[in-house]
Amino acid sequence: MKKAVIEFADFGFQYRAQKEPTLHGITLTITEGEKVLIVGPSGSGKSTLAHCINGLIPFAYSGEMTGSLRIMGQEQQEMSIAELSDRVGTVLQDPDGQFVGLTVGEDIAFRLENDAIPQAEMLEKVNAAAIAVDIHEFLSSSPQELSGGQKQKTTLGGVLVGDVDILLFDEPLASLDPYTGKKAIELIDRVQREGGTTVIIIEHRLEEVLHRAVDRIIVMDEGHIVADLPAAELLSADLLRNVGIREPLYLTALKYAGCSITPDINPQHIDDVRLDEYAGKLKVWYENNNIQPTSLEYPPLLELRNVTFGYEKNRPVLQELTLRIGKGEMLSIAGRNGAGKSTLSKLICGFYRPTSGTIWMNGRDIGPDSIKERADRIGFVMQNPNHMISKTLLYDEVALGLILRGASVEHIRERVHAILKVCGLYAFRSWPISALSYGQKKRVTIASILVLEPEIIILDEPTAAQDYRHYNEMMEFLLTLVNQGMTVMMITHDMHLMLEYAQRTIVLAGGVKLADDSPERVLGDTEVVRSANLKETSLFTLALRSGLDQPSEFVRRFIAYDRRVRGR
Amino acid sequence: MKANMLTFTKQDSPIHRLTGATKLIIFVVWSVAAMITYDTRCLAVMLVFSLFPFILSKVKFRDYAFVLSLILLFFLLNQLAIFIFSPLEGVRIYGSRHDIVHLAGRYTLTWEQLFYQFNIALKYAVVLPMALLFLLTTDPSEFAASLNRLGVNYKIAYSVSLALRYIPDVQRDYENISFSAQARGIDISRKEKLSRRVKNIISILMPLILTSIERIDKISTAMELRGFGRKTKRTWYKTRPFSSQDYIALGLIALIAIASTVITFYDGSRFYNLFEPN
Amino acid sequence: MRSLGKQKVLSIKTIVAIGIGSALFVILGRFGSIPSGVPNTNIETTYALLALFALLYGPVAGLLIGLIGHTLKDAIFYGSPWFSWVIASGLVGLIIGLLTSRISIHDGEFGKRELIRFNLAQIAANAVAWFIVAPVLDILIYAEPANKVFTQGLIAGAANIVTVAIIGSLLAVAYAKTRTKQGSLSREA
Repeated sequence: MKKAVIEFADFGFQYRAQKEPTLHGITLTITEGEKVLIVGPSGSGKSTLAHCINGLIPFAYSGEMTGSLRIMGQEQQEMSIAELSDRVGTVLQDPDGQFVGLTVGEDIAFRLENDAIPQAEMLEKVNAAAIAVDIHEFLSSSPQELSGGQKQKTTLGGVLVGDVDILLFDEPLASLDPYTGKKAIELIDRVQREGGTTVIIIEHRLEEVLHRAVDRIIVMDEGHIVADLPAAELLSADLLRNVGIREPLYLTALKYAGCSITPDINPQHIDDVRLDEYAGKLKVWYENNNIQPTSLEYPPLLELRNVTFGYEKNRPVLQELTLRIGKGEMLSIAGRNGAGKSTLSKLICGFYRPTSGTIWMNGRDIGPDSIKERADRIGFVMQNPNHMISKTLLYDEVALGLILRGASVEHIRERVHAILKVCGLYAFRSWPISALSYGQKKRVTIASILVLEPEIIILDEPTAAQDYRHYNEMMEFLLTLVNQGMTVMMITHDMHLMLEYAQRTIVLAGGVKLADDSPERVLGDTEVVRSANLKETSLFTLALRSGLDQPSEFVRRFIAYDRRVRGR
Repeated sequence: MKANMLTFTKQDSPIHRLTGATKLIIFVVWSVAAMITYDTRCLAVMLVFSLFPFILSKVKFRDYAFVLSLILLFFLLNQLAIFIFSPLEGVRIYGSRHDIVHLAGRYTLTWEQLFYQFNIALKYAVVLPMALLFLLTTDPSEFAASLNRLGVNYKIAYSVSLALRYIPDVQRDYENISFSAQARGIDISRKEKLSRRVKNIISILMPLILTSIERIDKISTAMELRGFGRKTKRTWYKTRPFSSQDYIALGLIALIAIASTVITFYDGSRFYNLFEPN
Repeated sequence: MRSLGKQKVLSIKTIVAIGIGSALFVILGRFGSIPSGVPNTNIETTYALLALFALLYGPVAGLLIGLIGHTLKDAIFYGSPWFSWVIASGLVGLIIGLLTSRISIHDGEFGKRELIRFNLAQIAANAVAWFIVAPVLDILIYAEPANKVFTQGLIAGAANIVTVAIIGSLLAVAYAKTRTKQGSLSREA
């Protein structure tokens, strides 16, 4: 029998500052060499559970523990954080926070340096770890030169050098584009098989993690373990939806087509699902659900004509870019890191001026307009709400832009209250912002832009770092804005978001426009998908595997149907 | 942006090959020696000497051209300020007075003042090549290890490394924050009234500081989990053993520093006096 | 979360605060100077930051952020550190940190008393550093004329005192507000 490496027995934990325990009656055993996925919505206690395993509880976050937790047979409370970190290696969510070295090599060596390992031995171990995570060609690169995926590889390398027994990944997909995320899952899988290490992955993106098999999935909700099952069984049960975890899209499609999901059809991976007679059912569903797309004509609002721009001479970030955004449209801009997505929005807002080419709004060249003048018509919401919030009270934050524009007190109050109602924040109007959740803060920043009544609002990764429920709320909220006539442009590499909400997707690669089409067709184009670091959606694969001749159309019909179902 | 600051570029030269610790020691000893002495002869010899490694290092002019122009401007302003505030400082120091030309009011140009300000110029000029050289040829990665080798507590040495690591990130945060602030109409230029400007500065500083505090929490958590500070000593990935060249360089610098100090204080004053008392 | 940094002299949090604080000092020192309206005198926001970090993370952090931040700023952007002022910056951080060590701002406690205490501390720190230490060092190291360096010190010190009094205080109050207990909040209709 395999040795137990982590044993929770009737374990509970309550943070010092909180009234209620965050974890209740956790009983869970993880054995040597297992690969376990822990899912749950935000606030379910999954991160707290991780903190108990790696020792951040109680060393960084104090509180009260009940019951028992044993790591490698030893009671956690009797171990120091140093002893724990010898056994458990953690890869944290934020790659920039964990990457402390000036170069890749130094960062991987960090652990060994702290253990005062002689330099010669250190060089050898760092090399070995760098090769294991495939980052050895970048040993002398600085973090500023690396992509998110490369930073994460470095971080993993830095954990592997420590020869730990347990690898803990805290939301490893959060800051990666779809393709890099897929590669990260493959890397984790390879490392686990080669080293025989116990792996624990905390994530809410179930479908993406299941790209490689896991032994068990533990579902957490409100501080309890609500399921502990192999993937196939969990996916066959009707539990995920209740806790706000999104099941793989291909399974939703199968369910819509009236196919029952059972463990013996291998529901855990799109390539392994036994379709057999289900293919026929899918075809029938496909043919019966021909919801005609409502093709709308949008009058042009914003236009870029032959825009070229570079931060340095002779190194253009955008080249001869021409695109048009219609009034009332909701569109997304995709592309891998460095493709010029954020530069594009900064040009539109006037933070930089194009080297050549022009930007037009409502048929007028806005080249001469200042940042402030543009801001009256173009709103820009940054990815990280903390970069925008400068006031301590919600009301003041939203009112700020109007105050700066010299509006009257009554007018301000009226506008702010109206916007807060639109954004669902009215009930919190006298709250300090620090008391709000991340998603609410994001909404505050959107409100603070909307209050200026822009004609178009540009959002950088509107749903980053949010779980499915909050993703849903945010996007439905944006949709109501669009329905009221707002134009929304989203910079994102979230493919679900693109598929479900964007009417059009523009793909940038190397500073040029690679595609400009409906998201389902963009995601059906292998060449575009590859160069933009996107990933084929599993719906597309499902359609192919079922022998449907127009996979993109299947995807479109699924999204339209799903929208109606969820809208009810 | 990058052209406006001094950064290390990887190159091969005898100076680049010296270890970071050697260069740090040389820089510190050199700066201290130049601070102590006011002896014109010593300063002149040191200046000439400091140009040798500078040529040897093959650093490119464009790598420091912008910074050099800033320094020269600062130099000039400072010289002007000294004269405006104290036109007879030289006379006081050297105890003699040889007028060249009377300018206006209390301003008379004297040979003593000219010589005194020449000495100040020399004093800055002596430090400059070594400082530039140190910054342009030392791999930042070697920095912390070098400080530690010089006896600085390794944790403090590491905080210097962290500062270098996160300067670009903090700069990016600052740019993002001030961009989005500008888009909401937050202006900190002269166009705004002073009181408004101060309020607007807060609107930029507050998010910057709060995100930085959050960053501090994240980084310290990560470092805790990776065993930082668990032992009383620490080894370094990027460190090199001293070679014979290092010892030669260190020996030379020690000689120069001692010689200059001895010469300076030989006659009981920091100042070399050209002038006959009158 | 445990109280930040103050309990152990060189805790990891203090070390990281020194690193990030120094990086902030460099960036604000370079880009965060705002014209004050008085000729040749700028609002150096970086000293408001230094004062706040000394208050948050203690005297050792204050000292080292001043020393390291100022050295790096001078070195990276101006070629060589101006040691007399580097030492003065360190001293500002040290003194503010020492004199405010009993304010527990992390618990959201920053009322009138704390505000006065913080400002007395910063006035003392800036006065010692810029009115005395920096000019004296300028004279000792660079043999600059006394009236020049004392005038410069007076202007810089006064400007920094005003900067910290306004910007530093506002930042501290705002920070304290983000730390207040949230138990009493309820939604309004």
